[in-house]
Amino acid sequence: MQKFDAFTGNLAVATAMKQINPDVCAAYPITPSTEIMMIFADFVSNGEVNTELVTVESEHSAMSACIGASLAGGRVMTATSSAGLAYMWELLSVASGLRCPIVMTCVNRALSAPLNIHCDHSDAMGARDTGWIQIFSENAQEAYDNVIQAIRIAEHKDVKLPVMVCVDGFIISHSYEKMQYMEDKEVRDFVGEFKPYKSLLNVEKPETFGAMVLPNYYMEFKRQVREGMERARQVILEVGEEFSQRFGRYYSNFENYMLDDADFVFVVMNSAAGTVKHVVKNLREKGIKAGVLKPRVFRPFPFKEIADTLKNSKIICVLDRAETFGAEGGPLYLEIKSALQTIESNPTVINRIFGLGQRDFLPYHVENVFKEMRNYLDSGNIKMFDYVNLRD
Amino acid sequence: MKTLEIRWHGRGGQGTVTAAKTLGESMIETPLYFQAFPEYGPERMGAPVKAYNIISDEKILTHCPVINPNVVIVVDPSLIYSENFLEGATEDADVILNTGKNPSAIRKELNISGKKIYTVDANKISLECLGRVIPNTPMLGALLRVTQILPLETFLNHVKHTFAHKKFSEKIIIGNLEAIKRAYEEVKGE
Repeated sequence: MQKFDAFTGNLAVATAMKQINPDVCAAYPITPSTEIMMIFADFVSNGEVNTELVTVESEHSAMSACIGASLAGGRVMTATSSAGLAYMWELLSVASGLRCPIVMTCVNRALSAPLNIHCDHSDAMGARDTGWIQIFSENAQEAYDNVIQAIRIAEHKDVKLPVMVCVDGFIISHSYEKMQYMEDKEVRDFVGEFKPYKSLLNVEKPETFGAMVLPNYYMEFKRQVREGMERARQVILEVGEEFSQRFGRYYSNFENYMLDDADFVFVVMNSAAGTVKHVVKNLREKGIKAGVLKPRVFRPFPFKEIADTLKNSKIICVLDRAETFGAEGGPLYLEIKSALQTIESNPTVINRIFGLGQRDFLPYHVENVFKEMRNYLDSGNIKMFDYVNLRD
Repeated sequence: MKTLEIRWHGRGGQGTVTAAKTLGESMIETPLYFQAFPEYGPERMGAPVKAYNIISDEKILTHCPVINPNVVIVVDPSLIYSENFLEGATEDADVILNTGKNPSAIRKELNISGKKIYTVDANKISLECLGRVIPNTPMLGALLRVTQILPLETFLNHVKHTFAHKKFSEKIIIGNLEAIKRAYEEVKGE
């Protein structure tokens, strides 16, 4: 039986964590994710969960403790943002390389300098090649649902990889909206009990974890991470399907919003996708064939399915909330361009960087980009790369 | 229904963000969708702050500040003279101000054309009901009267329930309920 209530993104994530009831959480506070662990610490103190909450002195230690607890056979969760994720970076590939199914919420925030506590995706994008599965969430509801599904994905025997659930800082983490949530038991039934594949604490069968590997075997280990990531594609779909059947909210690896006959396509992740959908809905009411493709899973990137969905569009604008200094365009743009290389047709793809450090991204900004796209179909002229809402 | 896009103007520490949150949460009593969010920034006591509500019978897709509010609420009287609180407001916006003055006097003083102006002395109500100036709850009463978004009784029950859950004293709960009721009755339109 599901109920409605008012949730912020942070409250939604903390609630999912309470319902999952992990064995260990190790965390260090950083805005805007701090509140997740604050709320969760209340659950711990009130005896609503059995979790061992380890308050450490840095994010580097937080992820180290998570890895240790995971290798010891525990179900482990944490949360961080921005510089916190950056400080964990060394340990991120340790977690994936040691096949620890840790689930971490990344409340997306810009990287310094200049110091900025607000939202963009620079933090998560910096971790895109560390062997973590990355799932993005448009609103509090998706953050809640994604965290619950992430447990099943991470711990699946074919995957055994850590999962990062991304949710926009402040825009979602600190905003209240109406959200549906399940009963604790329903969530616990869905995630099931964690049975570690191997455990440091299994004294019957002592094993070595984290040993040094010389050039003659290192590559095979990395190939195994790639294989786990590849198998995750199917697991993510299966878990999404089961979740949809049980709880009535549908999840795939990307969302197709009015794309079926779309000439004009926006590709955008997280909260901004909602704002773009709002504009696209209005364009459709005027008879304009526009649509939105919202990648939910960034790693493993669903390049085949996305390319297949985009093949008949005329012009695609990829909206990136992160910079890639010195590359042709933002990280999402590069993925889309690369995905389109796998098909025959060749729609025009432009890139717009928006919302860095939470610069306003409003419906009229989307409308302005749309005007450029429409003009391109008549004139053939358009800037391939540009910023949205930037001073000259 | 017409989607309500509400912008709150207050000062840090006056409970402006809490008011927006309380209004949002109270919509749980209805089938409506809602958002409640502050203007994100460093929180400084006494500095001007903004908060927003969107209330709609359709799922709300946007995740960005309200630029063209159809309801504007000014919680702190001093902001009436220092903030451009009408910026972007729609032509027929309801403007609810915390002041002891009449709507027509404010209209003349600030040379406002169009809009619908409402005033309520929320500071006085708050002082009399709660013994201190916390104008956010009375402003919610005025908002309910102007927008008719929720029956007063339903809202009062919601506030009573939430405040009890937060373990506020009986005296504070009764004072707040009284403040909401009084502002509901005392708010004046032109």
